[in-house]
Amino acid sequence: MAVKVSMKVNGKPVSAEVEERTLLVTLIRENLRLTGTHVGCDTAQCGACTVHMNGKAIKSCSIVAMQAEGADILTIEGVAKADGTLHPMQAAFKENHGLQCGFCTPGMVMNALEFAKGHPNPTEQEVRESLEGNLCRCTGYHNIVKSIVAGAKAMAGGR
Amino acid sequence: MRAFNYHRPSSLKDAAALAAKQAEAKYLAGGQSLVQAMKLRLSAPSDLVDLNAIGDLKALKADGSGVTIGAMVRHAEVAASSAVQKAIPALAALAGTIGDRQVRHMGTIGGSLANNDPAADYPAAVLGLGATIVTNAGKHEADKFFKGLFETALKPNEIITQVVFPVPKRAAYMKFKNPASRFAIVGVFVADFGGNVRVAVTGAGPCAFRQADMEKALAAKFAPESVANIKVKADGLNNDLHASPEYRAHLVTVMAKRAVEAALK
Amino acid sequence: MNAPLIGARIARKEDYRFLTGAGQYTDDVTLPRQTHAVFVRSPHAHAKIKSIRKDAALKAPGVLAVYTGEDLAAAKVGGLPCGWLITDVNGQPMKEPPHPCLAQGKARYVGDHVAIVVAETAEQARDAADLVQVDYEPLPAVVDASKARAKGAPQLHDNAPDNTCYVWALGDKAAVDGAFAKAAHVTRLELINNRLVPNAIEPRAANGSYSRAEDSYTLYVANQNPHVERLLMTAFVLGLPEHKVRVVAGDVGGGFGSKIYLYAEDVVVTWASRQLGRPVKWTAERSESYVSDAHGRDHHTIAELALDKDGKFLAMRVQTTANMGAYLSTFASCIPTILYATLLAGQYTTPLIHCEVTAVFTNTAPVDAYRGAGRPEATYVVERLVETAAREMKIDPADLRRRNFITTFPYQTPVALCYDTGNYNATMDAAQKLADVAGYAARKKDSEAKGKLRGIGYAAYIEACGIAPSAVAGSLGARAGLFEAGEIRVHPTGSVTVFTGSHSHGQGHETTFAQVVADRLGMPIENVDIVHGDTSKVLFGMGTYGSRSIAVGGTAIVKALDKIIAKGKKIAAHLMEAAESDVEYDRGEFKVAGTDKKKMFGEVAFAAYVPHNYPHDKLEPGLNENAFYDPANFTFPAGTYICEVEVDRDTGQVRIDRWAAVDDFGKIINPMIVEGQVHGGLVQGIGQALTECCRYDDESGQLVTGSFMDYCIPRADDVPSFKVDTRETPCTHNPLGVKGCGEAGAIGAPAALMNAITDALGVKDLAMPATAQTVWRAMQNRKAA
Repeated sequence: MAVKVSMKVNGKPVSAEVEERTLLVTLIRENLRLTGTHVGCDTAQCGACTVHMNGKAIKSCSIVAMQAEGADILTIEGVAKADGTLHPMQAAFKENHGLQCGFCTPGMVMNALEFAKGHPNPTEQEVRESLEGNLCRCTGYHNIVKSIVAGAKAMAGGR
Repeated sequence: MRAFNYHRPSSLKDAAALAAKQAEAKYLAGGQSLVQAMKLRLSAPSDLVDLNAIGDLKALKADGSGVTIGAMVRHAEVAASSAVQKAIPALAALAGTIGDRQVRHMGTIGGSLANNDPAADYPAAVLGLGATIVTNAGKHEADKFFKGLFETALKPNEIITQVVFPVPKRAAYMKFKNPASRFAIVGVFVADFGGNVRVAVTGAGPCAFRQADMEKALAAKFAPESVANIKVKADGLNNDLHASPEYRAHLVTVMAKRAVEAALK
Repeated sequence: MNAPLIGARIARKEDYRFLTGAGQYTDDVTLPRQTHAVFVRSPHAHAKIKSIRKDAALKAPGVLAVYTGEDLAAAKVGGLPCGWLITDVNGQPMKEPPHPCLAQGKARYVGDHVAIVVAETAEQARDAADLVQVDYEPLPAVVDASKARAKGAPQLHDNAPDNTCYVWALGDKAAVDGAFAKAAHVTRLELINNRLVPNAIEPRAANGSYSRAEDSYTLYVANQNPHVERLLMTAFVLGLPEHKVRVVAGDVGGGFGSKIYLYAEDVVVTWASRQLGRPVKWTAERSESYVSDAHGRDHHTIAELALDKDGKFLAMRVQTTANMGAYLSTFASCIPTILYATLLAGQYTTPLIHCEVTAVFTNTAPVDAYRGAGRPEATYVVERLVETAAREMKIDPADLRRRNFITTFPYQTPVALCYDTGNYNATMDAAQKLADVAGYAARKKDSEAKGKLRGIGYAAYIEACGIAPSAVAGSLGARAGLFEAGEIRVHPTGSVTVFTGSHSHGQGHETTFAQVVADRLGMPIENVDIVHGDTSKVLFGMGTYGSRSIAVGGTAIVKALDKIIAKGKKIAAHLMEAAESDVEYDRGEFKVAGTDKKKMFGEVAFAAYVPHNYPHDKLEPGLNENAFYDPANFTFPAGTYICEVEVDRDTGQVRIDRWAAVDDFGKIINPMIVEGQVHGGLVQGIGQALTECCRYDDESGQLVTGSFMDYCIPRADDVPSFKVDTRETPCTHNPLGVKGCGEAGAIGAPAALMNAITDALGVKDLAMPATAQTVWRAMQNRKAA
C-alpha cells in the first residue's frame, strides 16, 4: 500500500509515494536523501530529528509523513544562505564550540532557531529549559547554551 | 511500526463513520503518544483516522466566564494564549510544561485526555478545575471521565471535540518530574472556587484522582499549612524505579503545599 | 600568517559540515542495491535455544535471507576475540568463553544476537523479524556480580566455573595488612560503582558491502578504531586477508568507548553482504543500543585506607568484584585490572597498596571501557576514602590531601606506574580560588536560611592516558601494540594532507592536529587537512580511546613532520647551494644560517615534485613521510574539582550550584576544544553520580532501564555552567608536552559530587545515582536514626 504525500521542503515542492507508516523523518532521510536530520532515539527524547513544520520546531520522528501533507518543512539543509554563508545561529555554534560529534547538532540548531525568534535576548536559564527536548552527550551543554544566547542576540541584531 | 491504512476525513461525521467501519481503528490527533507507541509496536491499529483536517476542533476561547479549548488545539497554543493566561493562568502554565517545546507544538488536549496516560498533565487540570469534556456524542463531567490506567469514559469511536473549563478564583499546578521521561512522578492541581476547593493529583495513581482530605482542609482555610501535614496513603500508588508509593505519597503533600503557595502568589 | 597556532582558540574546521547537515554518518551512507537488516534478539536473560524456524519470515514481503548461528558455524565464522589476556593470581590465563556472532545453542543476556533478517527495507526486515520462531527454554539467570559466584548460581559458560573469569591481584598483601595493623585510623567504605549505558547520540550502525568484481569488502561502521576493527574481523573472525577489506568509520556521532569494539553486528552484515551479493545495512534503534552496546563500570568494592595519627596515608586495601556481563567484549578484561588498580595511588604518596579484583560473568550485556574506563572507578575509591577519612579525623579535606600529595617527580607508585610530572598543589590552589572556597560558609548560611542543605565536595583525580608503551602493555597481557601512525603528504604546491590513525568522533582532531602541523610548518591552517577513519587511506592506526590521540597520534604526526623538515632541508640545501647543516627551518622558510638566503616551504615542495634541479644522487623525489610512535610512558593528567550542591529537604532533589575544575593536561593545543572536552566529561560524570542508573531485574534479568524514558542522561537544565581553568606541567616524554584531556571530567566528577552530597546530608555514604528518591530516603533514615 502506498499513498502520495506532498509538501514543501526547504522552499521546494516535493512529493513521494510512500507507505502510510512512513515517518516524516524517514521521508526526509530516505526519500529526499536529506540526511542532516538525524535519528538518535525511538522514544521522542533526543530531538536530533527536529525540523520546522509551518515555522514550529517539531520532532520529525514523532509524526507520520502524512501528517505533514501540504506543510512547509524546513530542515538543517535549508538554514544557511544560498551562497553557503552560515545563518547567525549556525555561526554562533561554530564560534562558541557548541558542537562536538555533530550528531545532535542539527536538532539543536533547529530548535534554537525557532526558540530565538520568540526570545531575542534569552537568559541562560531560559535556554537550558528550552533544550528539554534535545539531548547532547558530548558538550555538557555549556557551550550549546552559550551558542544559543549568542545566536539569539545575533539574530535580533541582524534584523 | 506495523502497516496501517491512513484516512484524513474533513468532518467529524466522516471521521466517526470511518472509525466505525474498522475493528482496530484509532484516531490520530497530534500523535505524540500514539506514534511513539506504534513505533515501538506497542500499538498496532489497522487504520489511523487523522483528525487534523477537521476545522471545528481547533477553536480556543477564553473570557471571565470560562475557557473552551478545541480538542485539536496544541499545548503550545494554550500556553501562549494571552486570553487563557488571563482567565486561568495555571492552565496556561500547565500547558507550557507538558513534554518539551517540540512536543507542545504537536500534542493536543484531546489526544492527551483520550489517551489518559497516568503521568499526563492535562488530566490534573481537567479534574482539578472540574471541566466538561464535550464529544460528538455528548458531554462528560471530569469526575466521571478518568476511569483507570489509559481508560476513560469515552465509548468506542467517540471523539472529543472540546473541553470547557470554569474559571476559579485562583489555582496552581506543581509537578515533580521523572528525571528521564520528564512526565509527572507527581503533579498536583489545586483550584479554589471560593469555598469550594478541588485538588487533583496526576502521576501518582493509575489515573488522575482527587484528594478529599486536602480539599476539605483547604476549603476551611486556603493556606499551605492546611495541607502540609496531611499524610497521603501510599496504598495503591504507582511504583517504579524512580519513585516508590511511599515517596509518591510524600510528594503529593509537598506538591500540594507548593501549589497552594503558588496559587496565593 | 606566522602567529603561533599551538595554544590558539581556533574555531573548528569540521563544524561547517556538521552545522549544515552535510556530515556523513554511517546510516547516511546508502549504497546502490542497498538491503536492510534487523537482528532477532533474545527476550530472555538466559535460555537454551531449542530450535529456530525461519520459514514464515522467509516468506514475508521483501525478505532476502535469514541467518542464524548454525549458518555462521557452517561457514566457519569464528567468535569475537578479547584483546587482552589477564593472568590470574595462580598464574593461570583468564577464562575466555566463546563469544559467537549469532548465538549457538544458548542465549546469555536480554538482547543477545540470535538471528539476522535481511530485507529490501528496514520495516520489512522488522516485520519479518517478528516471524522468526525461536523456541527458547528459559533458564534461571543471574545479573548481580556479587551473587554470580554463590553456590547454586546459574552457570553461564561450561569453561568458567563459578562464573569466574579471573581473580587477579596487584601489590604486596602481607605488607599492606601489616601497615593496617599499626594504623592510628582506618577508614572503610563499601562502594558500588553503578553500571552505565554509554549512549552516544548516534546509535551504532554498520553497512557491509561485497564486490565480486574486486573480491573485496567494504564495511562502513560507527567505530572508534577502524584498523583494529579490520584486524580483529579479518584475522580472528572471518579469516579474510586484510588487504581485501576496507573499513570506513567516517563521521561518528560520539563514542565514549562504546564504539571501540568489534561487535557481532559488524561481522554479520559484512559476511551476509557476500552471501547476498548486495550491501547490508543495520542501524540500531535506541532501545537496541540499550541492550546491545557494551556497558560501563559495574563494580562492587570494599575499600580501606590506613592513616597515622597525623593523617598520613599508610596503606590502602581494595577488593573489587567486576561484572563482565555475559561475554568478554574486546577490551573488557583490562578495564577493572590494568586501568583500575594501577591508579589507586591517586595523587598521593600512599606507600603500600593491595588490590584484588574478581571478574565474573552474569546474564547482562558485556561490560567494557566507557569514558575513563577503570580510572573513574579508581578515583571514586580513592577520593571517597580520602574525603571520608578527613571527616572522620576532623581534618580539612583539602588539608588532608595536601599532607599526602606527591611533590617530587618522577614518582614510582606502589601500583606499577611511574608519574613523570605533575603539580598537585598548583591545581588544588587554583581550584580552591576558582571555587571561592573562602565564601562557602556564607553560602551555606544563605542556603540554610532558604531551608536548603548545602554541601561541598572535592576530588583530586589522576589518570593514566596516552595508552601505551607497547612493551609494557604486552607484558601486562595486551594482544596488540598500542603505538600510533601518522603520515604527512605535502602536495607539489605546498599544501598538506595529514593521515592519522587516531579517530575523531567529536574530539575535533581535524582542527587540533591541523593546528600542530600548521604551527610547526608555519603555514595557514587552511592549507592543512586531516584524514582519518578509512583503512584504505590511512596506513595504520590503533584508534582513539583512553585520551591517547594527541599524546600518541599527535606525536606520530610530529615525528613524520620532523622527517618532512629534514628532507626539506636537504632539498633546500641543494637549491641554495649550501651545506645541509647550515639550513634552518623557521616558520615556513628554509634559511641558510647567517645569510639572507631562503626558500619558501612551497618552493621546496615544488622542487620535490618537479625535480628539474634536484639532488637525484642523494634523494628520491616527492615529499611524503610517515612515522609510527610508540610512547615511552603513559601521560598523567591530574586536577582538582570542587563542587557545591543544594538539597531540597522536602523532595531530596539535588541541584548543583557551583562547579570549579582545574586540570593539568600539560601543553594545550586548542583551549576552546579542551574546555569542551572537560565540560562534556564533567556532565557524563555528573550523570553517573546524579541521574544514570542501569538496572536489570534480579529475577527475570530484564533490562529495566531500556530507554531514555527510564535511563536518565543529563539534560541542559540538570547541570550548571562550569568554571574551568588549567595549570600546566608539560609531559616530559613527548615532543608536544601534551597529556590528553578527553576523560578527566568523567573521572573526577562522580567523587566530587558524591562528596558534596554526603557532606550536605551528613551521611557517610550514599549509592549512586543520588536521585531525589535516594536522597529523600537517606534523609528519612537519618531522621529515624
